[in-house]
Amino acid sequence: MSDPANTAGPDWGQITRDSAFAALIAFGLFVLMLGFKADQSLNNQLVLVFRPELLASTVALVFIGRFLIGYWQSRKVEGAAKKKAPSKWAQKAEKYGLPAAVGFLVAYPIFILVTVGPSGAIKWIDNFGIQILIYIMLGWGLNIVVGLAGLLDLGYVAFYAVGAYSYALFATSEPIKDFMAQLIGEGFWQAWAFWICLPVAGILAAFWGVLLGFPVLRLRGDYLAIVTLAFGEIIRLVLINWVEFSNGYAGISSIPRPSFFGIPFNASDEGFAAKFGLEFTPIYRTIFLFYVILALALITAAVSMRLRRLPVGRAWEALREDEIACRSLGINTVNTKLTAFAIGAMFGGFAGAFFAARQGFISPESFVFLESAQILAIVVLGGMGSLLGVVIASIMLVGGVELLRELDFLKAVFGDNFDPAQYRMLIFGACMVLMMLWKPRGLISVREPSVFLKEKKAVSADLVKEGHG
Amino acid sequence: MSDANKAPLLAIRGVKTYYGNIIALKGVDLDVHQGEIVTLIGANGAGKSTLMMTIFGKPQAREGTIVFEGRDITRMPTHEIAYLGIAQSPEGRRVFPRMTVFENLQMGAHVNNLAYFDTDLERVCTIFPRLKERLQQRAGTLSGGEQQMLAIARALMSRPRLLMLDEPSLGLAPIVVRQIFEVIREVNKEQGMTVFLVEQNAYHALKLASRAYVMVNGLITMSGTGAELLANPQVKAAYLEGGHH
Ligand SMILES: Nc1ncnc2c1ncn2[C@@H]1O[C@H](COP(=O)(O)OP(=O)(O)OP(=O)(O)O)[C@@H](O)[C@H]1O
Ligand SMILES: [Mg+2]
Repeated sequence: MSDPANTAGPDWGQITRDSAFAALIAFGLFVLMLGFKADQSLNNQLVLVFRPELLASTVALVFIGRFLIGYWQSRKVEGAAKKKAPSKWAQKAEKYGLPAAVGFLVAYPIFILVTVGPSGAIKWIDNFGIQILIYIMLGWGLNIVVGLAGLLDLGYVAFYAVGAYSYALFATSEPIKDFMAQLIGEGFWQAWAFWICLPVAGILAAFWGVLLGFPVLRLRGDYLAIVTLAFGEIIRLVLINWVEFSNGYAGISSIPRPSFFGIPFNASDEGFAAKFGLEFTPIYRTIFLFYVILALALITAAVSMRLRRLPVGRAWEALREDEIACRSLGINTVNTKLTAFAIGAMFGGFAGAFFAARQGFISPESFVFLESAQILAIVVLGGMGSLLGVVIASIMLVGGVELLRELDFLKAVFGDNFDPAQYRMLIFGACMVLMMLWKPRGLISVREPSVFLKEKKAVSADLVKEGHG
Repeated sequence: MSDANKAPLLAIRGVKTYYGNIIALKGVDLDVHQGEIVTLIGANGAGKSTLMMTIFGKPQAREGTIVFEGRDITRMPTHEIAYLGIAQSPEGRRVFPRMTVFENLQMGAHVNNLAYFDTDLERVCTIFPRLKERLQQRAGTLSGGEQQMLAIARALMSRPRLLMLDEPSLGLAPIVVRQIFEVIREVNKEQGMTVFLVEQNAYHALKLASRAYVMVNGLITMSGTGAELLANPQVKAAYLEGGHH
């Protein structure tokens, strides 16, 4: 390496040589594995099919990948030499990004409806809008537990499941429906079930959060992670095996959809479209659902921002830093941990109830460990504790997977059988690795102090030594 | 001698503490009176930190009693003990590294709900001008000496009636050690703060002390005024020879 003061830019020659070498190795590795395919000919004979395009594109990908890594690394060296200040853009993003993002989200469905029209809009509002917002909300909920309180929870999906099943079971329960029919009137439960069950689902999830919290009070780090992982699996296995309760694998269907505060979204005269003098299309329900999850997510964000400034939020952060010091300062660590679990779980429960209402059908398959992993990945990728980071990571991970389904042109390169969505785990993993190389502390690694004196001055996580607890 | 006749602020009687089956404190008696600086010295592993943590209820004493202001606190949970007016700067400082100095001080004022925060902030900033300049800096990026100042300042923020410091001079340059000890003396003189000090740095700690104890292997083997112990040949041989004066 030459003296950093003299290097004007990255050493392109070295990077290119490295990349070429990596590509050569890739060629050697893949020439037989990918380049040739053993196949059966029409008369049942073994033939070798040569696939130069696949081989060439793989080698090219390796070359490009190695090149980018080399470029990043050289930039890192340069950056270190320049002694760069805590990144300004991240600070700015945290300050102006949130209001801008909220404004964009409120306008989003209308914008889509106007540009794409009612028939095409459902995909964009539902798959991209609602789906991403659910994960943003889950990310923000888990962020309270993992990002603020520092309790590594690998079973967060359990609370999502508790919320979803709470709503599904209450809303489809015949006794409750009959009881409500007698008490208030026919059709009441169908119309209002979601709005009544939503808080109930949250409270039940919070209760399960506390229930999980008790046995893990003394655990930290890896041990806590394992127990929470087991907890998530237990909930799922109970849902699968306790058939009388949850209908097992078959799941629960015909879950009532949310109403517009009592007005159903259907084609009848009493329906939303008729009441408001609009032509009936299913898009109104989708748009309404979008605003419901947007509101729920914003409540989650507002609550976590508010809590951070309250004693309990500060106690969470202090607990993440040093439990012993916390105790000697008079903080009840038991209560502090339990509230973190409960509040985090509650938001998971809200999201679960919303999920059940949006799908109209749920089964244990929606609550596998991979979901927990994905939510955790969103929090970690976003930068622990950063609300905006969660948003960016959700858009990248969830939106990215949805985008894969749209990449039809890849079929032209890889053949007709190529389904990009099948590669989502591979791409997901590669993204994680690249991200962690590029930004080891997450996209937004700046922790804003929760209190300020005269001027705001954020301090970058890079300045703090790695690892604690 | 009026001090000795009054009931002590902190009275430790026959305290035995175990880690599992291993006994760390074998029956410790120790008094701290109002307004004193009491120093506890002893070799590595003698059990000094264990005693300090036992006072704070974690680990709890298996036998014996700990009485603070006439109240038995032996079985009290740690966070409640803090509310009674005991504050601690634990061994190794234990500041909250990712939080700012200001936020660390806020955490210190947790027990009185930030009621006197502004006055107290000013007070500790006068005591530690270095911290005043660094209120918005992350505690983890402070120097070792500054972190120690912060740990003491954080403990003072709760307006304790008993301040316990575990090895405040640990790993600090001699000049900073002198500063820290000077601050302890000032806080004691000017605010009448009672201080219980655990130290390896026997010379300075004994010079500062109204009274002092020597702990060996979980037992108190000697006690007296600071000056008495400084002059004691056994103490000299074991804790002061080759020491940094
Ligand atoms: N958590 C623990 N589990 C088991 N044994 C412990 C634990 N903490 C301390 N000990 C043991 O208790 C004894 C007393 O330790 P302690 O930390 O109180 O010593 P100390 O006097 O503070 O020493 P130093 O001056 O080195 O800090 C030691 O033998 C130590 O190994
Ligand atoms: Mg010690």
